[in-house]
Amino acid sequence: MTSAAPHQRLRDDLLRPLLETSWRFYLLVGVLGVFVLAGLVAWATQMWFGFGISGIRWPVYWGFFVTNFVFWIGISHAGTLISAILRLVNAGWRRPVTRCAEVITAFSLVIGAMFPLIHLGRPWLAFWLAPYPSERLLWPNFRSPLVWDFFAINTYLTGSVLFLFLPMIPDFAAVRDRSSGLRRRVYRVLALGWRGTPKQWHRLEAAMSIMAVAIVPVAVSVHTIVSFDFSMAPVPMWQSTIFGPYFVAGAIFSGIAGLIIAMAALRKFLHLEDYLHPVHFQNLGKLMLVMALLWGYFVFNERLVTYYGNGPSEMAVFWRTQRESFAPLYWTMVTCNFVLPLVILGITRFRTITGCVIASFGVVVGMWLERFLIIVPSLGHKYLPYSYGTYRPQPVEIIITVATFAAMCLLYVLFAKFVPIISIWEMRAVQHPSPALIPPATAEHPLGETHA
Amino acid sequence: MAVDLDSCTGCGACVTACHAENNISTVGAEQAAIGRAKHWIRVERYWEGDFPDVRLKFRPVMCQQCDAAPCEPVCPTYASHHTEEGLNAQVYNRCIGTRYCANACPYNVRFFDFFNPSWDKPLHLQLNPDVSLREVGVMEKCTFCVQRIKSAKTQAQAEDRELKDGEIQPACVQSCPPKALVFGDLNDPESQVSRLSRSTRGSTLLEDIGTRPKVNYLARQTQL
Repeated sequence: MTSAAPHQRLRDDLLRPLLETSWRFYLLVGVLGVFVLAGLVAWATQMWFGFGISGIRWPVYWGFFVTNFVFWIGISHAGTLISAILRLVNAGWRRPVTRCAEVITAFSLVIGAMFPLIHLGRPWLAFWLAPYPSERLLWPNFRSPLVWDFFAINTYLTGSVLFLFLPMIPDFAAVRDRSSGLRRRVYRVLALGWRGTPKQWHRLEAAMSIMAVAIVPVAVSVHTIVSFDFSMAPVPMWQSTIFGPYFVAGAIFSGIAGLIIAMAALRKFLHLEDYLHPVHFQNLGKLMLVMALLWGYFVFNERLVTYYGNGPSEMAVFWRTQRESFAPLYWTMVTCNFVLPLVILGITRFRTITGCVIASFGVVVGMWLERFLIIVPSLGHKYLPYSYGTYRPQPVEIIITVATFAAMCLLYVLFAKFVPIISIWEMRAVQHPSPALIPPATAEHPLGETHA
Repeated sequence: MAVDLDSCTGCGACVTACHAENNISTVGAEQAAIGRAKHWIRVERYWEGDFPDVRLKFRPVMCQQCDAAPCEPVCPTYASHHTEEGLNAQVYNRCIGTRYCANACPYNVRFFDFFNPSWDKPLHLQLNPDVSLREVGVMEKCTFCVQRIKSAKTQAQAEDRELKDGEIQPACVQSCPPKALVFGDLNDPESQVSRLSRSTRGSTLLEDIGTRPKVNYLARQTQL
């Protein structure tokens, strides 16, 4: 085999989704687009008629929207955090995984960040959260966890987009060199004048090293700050000191699940079997198993301490989730988040691609329920029994929730159509002036190994 | 404010007076049934014991105007803030409707406007010109009838005199038949409300949360 052949194959395989489009793509985009449109219509309806068409009521003022907010910000921990850590430890198997992970981060952050707007009573005034010099000299309240959220999410979004964009530059150049017409002009702009000179490679590596180090603390802080939304308020079962690590662990947990589902879909529909191997799923599966154990520990800890403390208002919420009206959801959550991953991922024979995907779907459902069960039962059982209440989601909330999942898929499908979803240059190191920076391929993953 | 639970008969006059004074919109039976009625003051009823040995207790609950109010630091826009007089003010125009304040409030005395305000006829003819209407998407709550406090102060200033104890009466206090509610200046040790608050019967609601409420409940001595 000549040395040029694998390059050629790599480029053909990974650029094919960009250059060839089948009717299935249009159908998929159409179907997902309809769902997204339905969500937008639902949101417009809510603004037009008033928030009353949603299901929230006194005293449960947060419902599906805030659940979705926390859930999607959690999913966003798939990407940047995992890929940054894998980059920092220079793990060989990371190469085909990093970009599909980083894309999840960028898109789920955008979707998650929409929910604070959707759930506002007066979303048209959301700009008051930004500190801008107004004529009335009013600033946002920097003591409010919601303002911390605003800054944390904006920082994380900026960082993740940079972290996603930097390693895409050489690939944009590759697309530019292979296309013509409008496509060529667009990718020429995106490639930012990339010519692959040693100086450019050096700067790219330097920038990516800085971003990989910088993004890890940002990612950890983002979900800690999201957890502060709850733990800073004197609400039973919210005021807990473990919420920071509990939320971060849950976020990484659900993020890995999202990543495994996305990778399995890419592998199947874009025919990337030669690039995404069972070993990638197994490695991520092991990581998810660790997070499942960690999550189980945190839930046990939260419950045990509450039970031991035996505060009357906490116990009201405790029993409500443990064996009363929210118990079916609670035990579904425990099954999906703990029992299922432990059985499937803990037993080597079940840790196949299919097994990992099944466990991941379980974890996604379970983690969504976890966020819901943190928010609603506590708000419905705050201290004075006279003001106990509950919550029933209404169609507008359900439609918007479904639409966000469709929006995530749609953005992902479109991204995979316009950008090589597997980093081409990281797969073939030969162009790189210092191949040592590109980690060696693993035995299970020989393709792309060209710098022997 | 002091609330004498011994005197409260649970008649609900305070609730009605509050609705009338503060332009609180009526939301209709359906919305009220799912929990969207906005009673800035409510009379909580608690039953104790088993039938037929039942004791009924009333407790009027309004915004406790906490000194360390959990609703204030969480508001991202300062819509919920502390005034120099010590009231928890809610600036409707500044509210963007995150509803965080209502979640943080242990007493559940904050109410969200789910729709634009409307009134069952003929209530729309008796709106109070001193109180602003709240549009859809903002939080509202008991203000201790801040409009009455302001006007009494202005009146006293115009007449070049000090405010008299008991001169300011929020709507609930004014309408309470057994005079269970007493309003006044807690900074004046001689005022009636200060004397009542120092009573050994006095306690504040959910004291252990540490919100330092300004409403003092005088414990019940007799049994209904």
